[in-house]
Amino acid sequence: MAIDCRPFILGALLLFGATAADAHPHVWMTFKSEVVYGPNGALVAVRHVWTFDEMFSTFATQGLDKNNDGKLSRDELAELAEVNVSSLKEFDYFTVAKAGGKQVAFDPPVDYWLEYADSQLTLHFTLPVKAGAASPGEVALDVYDPTYFVAFNFAESDPVKLVSAPAACKLEVLRSGASNLASQGLSESFFNGLTAGSSFGAQFANRIIVRC
Amino acid sequence: MRSGRSADLVLGLLLLAAAALVATPLLAQGSPFGGAPAPSGFSAWLLAKQAEFYRMLAATVRAAKTDGSAAVWLVWLSFLYGVFHAAGPGHGKAVISSYLVADGSTYRRGVALSVAAALLQAIVAIAVVGVLSVMLGATGRAMNLTVRVIELAAYGLIVAFGLLLVWRKGGAFLQARAAWRGTGHDHDHHHGHSHSHGHDHGDDHAHGPEPGELKGRGWLKRGATAVVAVGLRPCSGAILVLVFAWSQGIFLIGVVATLVMALGTAITVTAIATLAVTGRAFAERLARTRSGGTAVMLILGLEVAGAVLIVVFGAALITGLMVSERMLPV
Repeated sequence: MAIDCRPFILGALLLFGATAADAHPHVWMTFKSEVVYGPNGALVAVRHVWTFDEMFSTFATQGLDKNNDGKLSRDELAELAEVNVSSLKEFDYFTVAKAGGKQVAFDPPVDYWLEYADSQLTLHFTLPVKAGAASPGEVALDVYDPTYFVAFNFAESDPVKLVSAPAACKLEVLRSGASNLASQGLSESFFNGLTAGSSFGAQFANRIIVRC
Repeated sequence: MRSGRSADLVLGLLLLAAAALVATPLLAQGSPFGGAPAPSGFSAWLLAKQAEFYRMLAATVRAAKTDGSAAVWLVWLSFLYGVFHAAGPGHGKAVISSYLVADGSTYRRGVALSVAAALLQAIVAIAVVGVLSVMLGATGRAMNLTVRVIELAAYGLIVAFGLLLVWRKGGAFLQARAAWRGTGHDHDHHHGHSHSHGHDHGDDHAHGPEPGELKGRGWLKRGATAVVAVGLRPCSGAILVLVFAWSQGIFLIGVVATLVMALGTAITVTAIATLAVTGRAFAERLARTRSGGTAVMLILGLEVAGAVLIVVFGAALITGLMVSERMLPV
């Protein structure tokens, strides 16, 4: 008897329906980062400046204008900044760093605050590298949400800066999206830099590579 | 029985597909580094389109403040947003589909349940924003906490509802199995007449209830429970749009947009629900090619599996193993 292939099609449809567009962002983040080096020429910190999209910014800031002056001061936003930073720990600050091919551990964020301008909320924070956690060598930094509820995108201009890096250091910025990876070719440094690897969100990782 | 073999095979594959349907969202959303499709240019393109759409939506809410035609445009965009947004997690597709497999349903009922669930989600979102933002001037954080409580209640309801179904369907299954054992599961009688074949297992009442018999009874109550369990949790997209509309001073336009968004959501959920009804009907037809007792066992087995799935979904949602829709904590 000929095998009826409809169940297979149906199964495929069910599968497709369940996965194709499963994850999609609810928050759109535009960001800039600074890669900070210490006197010994090793990575010591990453400074992030993350700007939330307008709708999420509105959601997050509602009810916070305590003095009703129509502006949100740094003070009025302090509590929210605290919540942001402490809850980002659960997501490892959406930042995966490798130095000399080894994963870099971070201490809890310092110097964090929120500012509100042009209907958009911006979170500033510094991730200090745990003492002695960064080996010398090439630094690869990925910023992304593996579960893909937050879409990270580099800011249009000057998204990454090197701070106190040795003069010989060269910066490379790979914007998220597979097309970029394709046009860059899969260089050795790409594979060295592979971090959280094969997760869904990883294909949308924004990669910073510093070679000294 | 030769054809029965391949029917078994196909039914098995269908169940496998159903299992994969469960497993995939669990893996894809569960662990932060869980299962993942390969990168492709298509997803990058999709991302760019979504970003564009999202920006357009925000800009249109802004414009609708002063421009009537923008308000019309906003309603249309909201409809599209509903259609696509519902493809993501958190709109009850999995639970509704499992319920439809477990309880059996006509297409019309499947559509009615999906539409009702989508509308309820919108109404809850409107109520949450209407009370918390508009009336109380609450913070985003207070809203997140409220939604979290509603979510937990909804997920608890999903588990309870699933357990109830497991109890009912499991009972029917065991009864049918006892009856089937009684017949010595003779394979030689012809298709689909579990009540009319006349071999001597003594007591006719040893037969379990036919799946079809269960289908009709009390479905409205069970269906309504499914709708509440799924629809209680407000849609995050609707909340974002509503809060933004309110901040622009056009809350009522936001309400209209949210209701239209629910229609869009309903279309997507209905499509998946229809697949579930079709799948179940097809499995049922395949099972009917087997002898009566075996057919009943297969179908009731499928129903139990569907009911178990609901419990699994509910438990996974409560434990956070299955991410519904995540908002950044504020």
